[in-house]
Amino acid sequence: MVIAIGFEGSANKLGIGIVKDGEVLSNCRRTYITPPGEGFLPRETAQHHREKALIILQEALDEAKVKPQDIDVVCYTKGPGMGAPLVSTSVVALTVAQLWNKPVIGVNHCIGHIEMGRLITGADNPTVLYVSGGNTQVIAYSRRRYRIFGETIDIAVGNCLDRFARVLKLSNDPSPGYNIEQMAKNGKKLLKMPYVVKGMDVSFSGILSFMEERAESLLDLGEYTAEDLCFSLQETIFAMLVETTERAMAHCESSEVLIVGGVGCNLRLQEMMGIMCKERNAKLFATDDRFCIDNGAMIAHAGLEMFSHGWKTLWEETTCTQRYRTDEVEVTWRGE
Amino acid sequence: MSSAWEGFELFKQGAEGRVYKGTYLGRPTIVKERFKKFYRHPDLDEHLTKERMKAEARAIARSKTAGVRTPCLYLVDFESRRIFMEEIQGSITVKKFINDTLSDCSEEDSFRTILPVATEIGSIVGRLHASNIIHGDLTTSNMLYSLSTEGQISITLIDFGLSHVENSAEDKGVDLYVLERALLSTHSNAEKLFPLILQSYKKVNVKDSKLVLDKFEEVRARGRKRTMVG
Ligand SMILES: Nc1ncnc2c1ncn2[C@@H]1O[C@H](COP(=O)(O)OP(=O)(O)O)[C@@H](O)[C@H]1O
Ligand SMILES: [Mg+2]
Repeated sequence: MVIAIGFEGSANKLGIGIVKDGEVLSNCRRTYITPPGEGFLPRETAQHHREKALIILQEALDEAKVKPQDIDVVCYTKGPGMGAPLVSTSVVALTVAQLWNKPVIGVNHCIGHIEMGRLITGADNPTVLYVSGGNTQVIAYSRRRYRIFGETIDIAVGNCLDRFARVLKLSNDPSPGYNIEQMAKNGKKLLKMPYVVKGMDVSFSGILSFMEERAESLLDLGEYTAEDLCFSLQETIFAMLVETTERAMAHCESSEVLIVGGVGCNLRLQEMMGIMCKERNAKLFATDDRFCIDNGAMIAHAGLEMFSHGWKTLWEETTCTQRYRTDEVEVTWRGE
Repeated sequence: MSSAWEGFELFKQGAEGRVYKGTYLGRPTIVKERFKKFYRHPDLDEHLTKERMKAEARAIARSKTAGVRTPCLYLVDFESRRIFMEEIQGSITVKKFINDTLSDCSEEDSFRTILPVATEIGSIVGRLHASNIIHGDLTTSNMLYSLSTEGQISITLIDFGLSHVENSAEDKGVDLYVLERALLSTHSNAEKLFPLILQSYKKVNVKDSKLVLDKFEEVRARGRKRTMVG
């Protein structure tokens, strides 16, 4: 029996979770929410994490009914992510590891999402769509690596959504993407916009600038409502994601899809992916906001898998890195 | 129309549509049907399907002029969303060819067997680009391997739905980048394979290979440098 604690703070969420051999004992989280029209900046986000860290840590221990001495390994997000929030969170993790005298594991954030998704849904060997504020990747496992088949060639899908929400001055509470999703439910009229798929890669920057240039005048002229624009944006970018996922599935002859990452809790995206899967006799696996959105349990779980297979991060290597590709990690805890 | 469609049988579900096999006007024929995708908005689906069919039909013909082997086009029917084309008989995908070879032979033998295929892929892509044709989805699933009656290796390029014509070094660079990534994620010997492809690419696309390869490096570097937050 192994118990792991995980610290996640690579973006505007601070999460601390405790996992015991694939069972989530606690998964506590706070989100740094900025005013409408504003994104989150590294310095302020790091400050948020520092302020909340000890409160959430206590919560996570209490909820899990676990004492520090019961914990076997301390896991933290090594990257990718924003420098200052990453480091602030890792300092907390490394400090408690020293205090409690526990081994440490630095975890790749993307791998955390994937392993958590597999654990919660029971998907065995899925094609993974990883969609969040900073990432857009189509991933499949082969030869001990999570290989990237397709990705955005410019900005991430969540970044595109967040920045569009700023154009419309939508609230960032609980998240800009959530508010776009709610607005889109009342949209009807589809605005034609760029649709950019290159092989298994996608591009969103053209769409974003297209919308930024036109949104105001389209609304002023009364041709489209804000709801129509949210609807059109979602329909277009999600279609691109489903299409590239399907391309990867065809190429890999895969019949499972797993959606992970913050944008993955969007129900319209899940619905579209589900229809695609049905049309090719495949199966969709998705999770809800507890596990889709950045959280501590996913870092604990991935770290626990690594720990159980002999991984240990040496003290002098307990650094953070803003760039850390999914395919850099050798996945020793899965078969060929 | 319905009579032309008689006797066709589902053969594969590809990335964009279903592929059927049968006979049309007495010839072995493949039909690619881009069926309605209900996951996307009907207007978007209609628009994309038309564009993809047009692109495919155009590029199949254009590539022939460029000296690249493609299936002969028999019929394009927008109504039923079907394209009828020559079946490349006795062919397998290059993906299957490479993976079968790797699993059947020693490393040295498989390298010798795959070498001429890699060279041919490079020169095909080189010829396409020299004629400003961007394929848009260069993977080993979209290349067919077959042997002529004389035992000559023949590679046929298919699946031109994402293609376009553009004299752009950037687009050609992205085309190569898509190919490299598809190889790296699919084939364990890709590290050796891709340089061979580039070598023969350079020989064929003399006109702008320097510019294209610079762009390719640039696109690649962008991928590595991209910060990923969240
Ligand atoms: N002309 C052809 N001759 C023989 N096989 C073909 C031909 N066209 C397609 N195929 C087979 O069907 C598969 C899917 O075709 P493709 O054109 O790539 O469609 P998709 O866009 O759906 O991927 C190919 O990988 C190949 O195995
Ligand atoms: Mg194909």
